[in-house]
Amino acid sequence: MNEKSKFLKNREILSPHRVKSFFKLSRDRKDLAAHKTMRALAISASFLVPVFILVLYLRARPILATHNISTLLFSTTWRPNQGSFGFFPFIMGTLWVTMVAMIISVPLSLLTAIYLAEYTRPKIRAFVMPLIDLLAGIPSVVYGIWGVLTVVPFIQKVVMPSADRWLGFSPLFQTSNPTGYGVLAGGIVLAVMVFPIIIAVSEEVIRTVPLGLREASWSVGASRWQTIRRIVLRRAFPGVLAAVMLGFSRAFGETMAVLMVVGNVVQIPHSIFDAAYPLTALIANNYGEMMSIPLYDAALLGAALILLLVVLTFNIGPRLVLARISYS
Amino acid sequence: MLIKQRLEESFFKILMVISTFFVLGSLLLILGTVLWRGLPALDLAMLTQTPQGGYYLGKEGGILNAILGSLCLAGGATIVAVILSLPIAFYLQLYSVPHFTKDWIRLSLDILWGTPSIVYGAIGFTLMIYLGMRASLLGGIIVLSLLELPIMVRGMEEAVSMVPKALLESSYSLGATRFETAFKVVVRQTLPGLVTAILLAFGRGIGDAASVLFTAGYTDNLPTSLLRPVASLPLAVFFQLGTPFPAVQDRAYAAALVLIVLVLGLSITSRLLSSRFTKNIIR
Repeated sequence: MNEKSKFLKNREILSPHRVKSFFKLSRDRKDLAAHKTMRALAISASFLVPVFILVLYLRARPILATHNISTLLFSTTWRPNQGSFGFFPFIMGTLWVTMVAMIISVPLSLLTAIYLAEYTRPKIRAFVMPLIDLLAGIPSVVYGIWGVLTVVPFIQKVVMPSADRWLGFSPLFQTSNPTGYGVLAGGIVLAVMVFPIIIAVSEEVIRTVPLGLREASWSVGASRWQTIRRIVLRRAFPGVLAAVMLGFSRAFGETMAVLMVVGNVVQIPHSIFDAAYPLTALIANNYGEMMSIPLYDAALLGAALILLLVVLTFNIGPRLVLARISYS
Repeated sequence: MLIKQRLEESFFKILMVISTFFVLGSLLLILGTVLWRGLPALDLAMLTQTPQGGYYLGKEGGILNAILGSLCLAGGATIVAVILSLPIAFYLQLYSVPHFTKDWIRLSLDILWGTPSIVYGAIGFTLMIYLGMRASLLGGIIVLSLLELPIMVRGMEEAVSMVPKALLESSYSLGATRFETAFKVVVRQTLPGLVTAILLAFGRGIGDAASVLFTAGYTDNLPTSLLRPVASLPLAVFFQLGTPFPAVQDRAYAAALVLIVLVLGLSITSRLLSSRFTKNIIR
């Protein structure tokens, strides 16, 4: 015991002498040293996110000091050479692309999740779920390649002419950008990228709804779909919402795939065919030359800070909901 | 009323089947597109040579630099991440951690998982400038290992949590310390799960482009030193697609094919492996 407290007092665990003598330590003291190392590792890993935020904040401070925060967020002029940094076009670009992605992805993923959780036989489920996991493993540049090769020509040759013919009255579908690179292309690619997240999480949540609830509903004569809509989905709603939010945060922060198909024009998009310039693409495209213009680096790291804070918010909420579900 | 019910039921069922096929179809479409455009451009020289002069104008050469570079980056990062995350997973699962600390560590690892890779890249680059480092293999490895850390900890934790309590207790009752139990009993018992977690993280690391864009740089040479820039497959795809020459763009498709074969191969191997490595498992 005396030995142990002596060891506790001696904090220089990593001095060469200590490291050398570690292999001669008694088993007890080895265990204690291992415990301390593991705890130190775990706790320092848990402070990575606060450190990230701090680093980004410190590096973005020059621009926060000279520019009003509302001008930064809501000004539309982006001229780094003249010192005006308005993030609004980029924020709108990100929001447009992410919203289009969610509009496409949420109904499809939820229907698939319900089908897999409620209707399929276990055999089919065991076949389909690994395939959806594969979708999650595909690198984002490959999604980008797919977007360039398939989605963009599809939009240009099929979607745009038919939208022009049938939906041309709505400004949402009118554009002066004939290339096909734009919000819709980015949205479709992102939608496919978030399929596996929304499907996997919401399928799991739906399956945790107790069977007894379903049986009670069936026994009073409700059909399968009625039971799902009125009982299962209502019970699973917080979890499904969490799944959607996780998908949203993934879509919000995706870089490479979006960058390759979204057109990258600094403007506020007004139609789903317009080109956009999301925040992530802004950082990726301009990081190389950020040192050449004053305040440019602070502006780009400020963009990264916005990204991190938004993703943080959209991550914490659903995690708390999901944690509560799994405990109950 | 009953007819309306039946109609509604079958309407939504059809909708569900369609959306399931849509999701699976998009997977097939992605794989099919890359295979269809990448396979014709793929030849042995692509895999065994580095870019020669005029490679980016469509002359001869290959992407061996990117293949080896990616393997070095993801391999190095995975080794670092294993060294960091195995103790964290053991700590969270085997030691008695205060409830609050455990929740805090888990939550921050989850947030780390959700952090966009471009943010990792930006922070990594900022720190490297601060330390006076240039874009290098070492920088890429450090950033990628942080990216892989949460995935690996989660997977390992899940594997360790499967170990029967009785097995731990019998180890303790023989007088083994927690440290000895962790590294002599639990590691053997959970080897398949650990390998799956490691391969999963490796797959994520090798496919990530945004984080290595500024930290690892790009070069036409093979990786030789930790302090030199290194090429990577995702960036090879990205840069070659950005050139205006169709011949070079075809090579981007071929590089994407190589990348996807590597990643999906790993993913399938890890699935198969989880039934192997069971030699030491006590049931």
